[in-house]
Amino acid sequence: MTKHHIQTTLNGDEIDVLVEPAQSLLDVLRDELHMTGTKEGCATGDCGACSVTIDGNLVCSCLVLGVEVGGRNIETIEGMANGDQLHPLQDKFIEHVALQCGICTPGLLIAAKHLLEENPDPTEEEVRYGLAGNLCRCTGYQKVVEAVLDAAQVMQK
Amino acid sequence: MSGPETATSDIVGAAHARLRHDSAVKHVTGDAVYVDDMPPLPGTLEIFPVVSPHAHATIVSVDIAEALRAPGVAGIFGAGDIPGKNDIAPIFSDEPILADGLAEYAGQPVLIVAADTYDLGRDAARLIDIGYEVLDPVLTIDEALEKGQFTYPPHSVVRGDAEGAIEAAPRRVSGEVSCGGQDHFYLESQVALAVPGEDRDITVHASTQHPTEVQRGVAHVLGIEINDVLVEVRRMGGAFGGKETQATGIAALAALAAALTGRPAKLRLRRDDDMIVTGKRHDYRFRYEAGFGEDGRLEGVKIEMATRSGNVADCSSGVMARALCHADNCYYLPHVRFDGLPCKTNTVSATAFRGFGGPQGMLAIETVIEHVAAELGKPVDDIRRINYYGDGGRNVTPYGQTVKDNIIVELTERLMREVDFEGRARAVDDFNAANATLKKGIALMPVKFGISFNLPTLNQGGALVHVYTDGSVHLNHGGTEMGQGLFVKVAQVVASTFQIDIDRIKISSTRTDKVPNTSATAASSGSDINGMAAHIAATEIKQRMARAAADHFGVETGSVEFRANRVYAGNESISFAECAHLAWRARESLSATGFYRTPDISWDAKTMTGSPFYYYTYGACIAEAVIDTLTGESRVLKADILQDVGNSLNPAIDMGQIEGAFVQGMGWLTSEELVWDEDGHLKTHGPSTYKIPGSRDVPPEFNVHILEDAPNMVPTIFRSKAIGEPPLMLAISVWLAIRDAVARTGGRKVFPRLDAPATPEAILMAIEDVRERANQLPSPLTGEG
Repeated sequence: MTKHHIQTTLNGDEIDVLVEPAQSLLDVLRDELHMTGTKEGCATGDCGACSVTIDGNLVCSCLVLGVEVGGRNIETIEGMANGDQLHPLQDKFIEHVALQCGICTPGLLIAAKHLLEENPDPTEEEVRYGLAGNLCRCTGYQKVVEAVLDAAQVMQK
Repeated sequence: MSGPETATSDIVGAAHARLRHDSAVKHVTGDAVYVDDMPPLPGTLEIFPVVSPHAHATIVSVDIAEALRAPGVAGIFGAGDIPGKNDIAPIFSDEPILADGLAEYAGQPVLIVAADTYDLGRDAARLIDIGYEVLDPVLTIDEALEKGQFTYPPHSVVRGDAEGAIEAAPRRVSGEVSCGGQDHFYLESQVALAVPGEDRDITVHASTQHPTEVQRGVAHVLGIEINDVLVEVRRMGGAFGGKETQATGIAALAALAAALTGRPAKLRLRRDDDMIVTGKRHDYRFRYEAGFGEDGRLEGVKIEMATRSGNVADCSSGVMARALCHADNCYYLPHVRFDGLPCKTNTVSATAFRGFGGPQGMLAIETVIEHVAAELGKPVDDIRRINYYGDGGRNVTPYGQTVKDNIIVELTERLMREVDFEGRARAVDDFNAANATLKKGIALMPVKFGISFNLPTLNQGGALVHVYTDGSVHLNHGGTEMGQGLFVKVAQVVASTFQIDIDRIKISSTRTDKVPNTSATAASSGSDINGMAAHIAATEIKQRMARAAADHFGVETGSVEFRANRVYAGNESISFAECAHLAWRARESLSATGFYRTPDISWDAKTMTGSPFYYYTYGACIAEAVIDTLTGESRVLKADILQDVGNSLNPAIDMGQIEGAFVQGMGWLTSEELVWDEDGHLKTHGPSTYKIPGSRDVPPEFNVHILEDAPNMVPTIFRSKAIGEPPLMLAISVWLAIRDAVARTGGRKVFPRLDAPATPEAILMAIEDVRERANQLPSPLTGEG
């Protein structure tokens, strides 16, 4: 099958990658670029585990084709921390014990970061709605919501 | 044995400290490596499973010739290619990994295609022609009972004469209630990577709660010895019982492809396949009869507990034993007959799921208790109180174990007081009086959960600890990490034992070549058995180090003390690292295994009697819910939990377990509905049709408290208690609250039958039923029409 040459920006770096027409962005990230922080939970766009942003829009990377992302700006969990300096959301997820098995965590963090960019001071209900597209089977969400609200406070300072 | 009683905290990361998950930083950066994240080895094959489209069919022909010629295909294998035995049964036998001539559920693997990529395997699979002769499937409990089809012989828990007691009792109720199964929906689906080695060696990286069973299963299937197989598990992306036995078949299929092709082979089930191919929680139908006094005191209880065990027994006998041993919950039942019927059906084998039959058994007895209350027109909590386990003979379970650590009365009274239950109940009444469409309900759920595997043999744990000459420690044990925080808890235990900071301790992946013959990380027992085993191993090394230190300082060994990263003899001290180096120079072994067997437990599986549980864990929840009587929708408004965890090894981890288990239980009882069509196809096989709770579905007011100052009465590791499963059953309060709301639509004159899950449809049907029956009644409570 003919591969397509894609040039795009990933976590601030310009990259080149050869992708097959049927490959999802999720597959490109995991299988071609070996960036496995983004997880496949359902591959149908229902669980949010594969969340990334493209040009600032929150998407399920399992529903985006690799060939669609040329010339875009993609951000994944691998780009969230600044070197060893964790993002406040990452810090707060750790502090509030807002994670257990860790598979949904990257997607939740990406979704939460997007939420706070759109709405820097959300109410608890807005956080719950903002994260409604991300399933977590371990935590029951309580600590996740607390962590996001706490991070919002820190990030506003 | 006498366990260690306390742990001091002049080190970082001692037992009882609130510590984050040991992989937390890797979790938030995406650096944590799960099986599917491992860098691919050259030549790795991916496996596409070809499954039966029929629930029951004879396989009459298999033609793979064309598919074998498809691009990228390395091999296509069926039951006939298995070099050893096509059997991975955990308890019984003849439970195949690939259907051999007979397919017994829709989704049962028949062949595997091993190809360069998953997509190539799937393409090739389209060229395979399997001929089936379709047989009539048995899909329901009733059909199976009619045919007398069981996956193993039924068994019962019996005490006294239930029928006589019911007959003689002043009042009686009878009824029926069902609860559905539940998909585990771990976010990481089933996956295994098998790598062939020298000779016939094979290494399997598996997402399993039970590395030893995978090891045994792979050896069995490949016809090799157990020592030829190495299973390694670093972490799972959730498991919840779904990777206790169900991971074995996945790993065995990967190992089969690897062994037959000589190439590494990976099988990762995609979400929909995972839901269709692998087992789920047992659904149950209960038929009950109870006899009781005018005061509500139960005299005799009879419950027929029928479950769809699925196509094979798997661990159904264990699940049923736990269901039978938890259908008393917190109540003393003088005369009992619980009959467990494991129906063999043409559906995927039901399997372990957090609670393991316990939630189902409790749901049954809580229905009986509430039915009794409704019949007598008394508050249900009065009926609970009068039936709670107590003293003077009223403390022996139907299976013969004496309940010695009962705190349910104090615990429930305290919770009711703290949340002002009476005031809340009045507010619910007021709301309902003022609202015609929305109705609220409120309910308490008490929980007593037995800790230990029912089968005494399984209650053993092993650990391997090394101390190196720089004082760093390597920790390994038989438990697996699925997100529950077991690894950090056991590391805390070792830190406390050595009195060193936890960052000196390396946590390592579970491996069958380090600690052999382990039990599954299951039954909430992970920290109990592995924590104690690690403590025993560390204590052994510590004694040897103390001997070297005593020689060095010229004191008695007994006067050497480990404290705050140092080793003391009187006023003199050396660092832990120096002591390790000293011990090495003195030719002391700095490596030890630890082994623990849970004491004082017994079980006779023939008579279904004994004392199978080392102790009980208690908890209670009060939940308030509201239903929309026009749409059947429900919402949980508030949940207050008080949970006993003994002296928690790590309250931060335990809080997460309580909240997560509660929400998971809530899902089971409200939104998670498994639907099979009339041909036995699962129709709810992805998150678009199978609804686990989301962030908006959990109670907006959710207060969780750990019972303080409640050390375990038996000497478990640092007097802690198990936590993995017990809080799941607290969510039964949500279902009870919804049923209470439904009952209010008929003025509480009749007892509603509400099956679980309480979906909008189930709630609407229950409302209709209640209104109809209430209207037909001249009220038995007031005598008015």
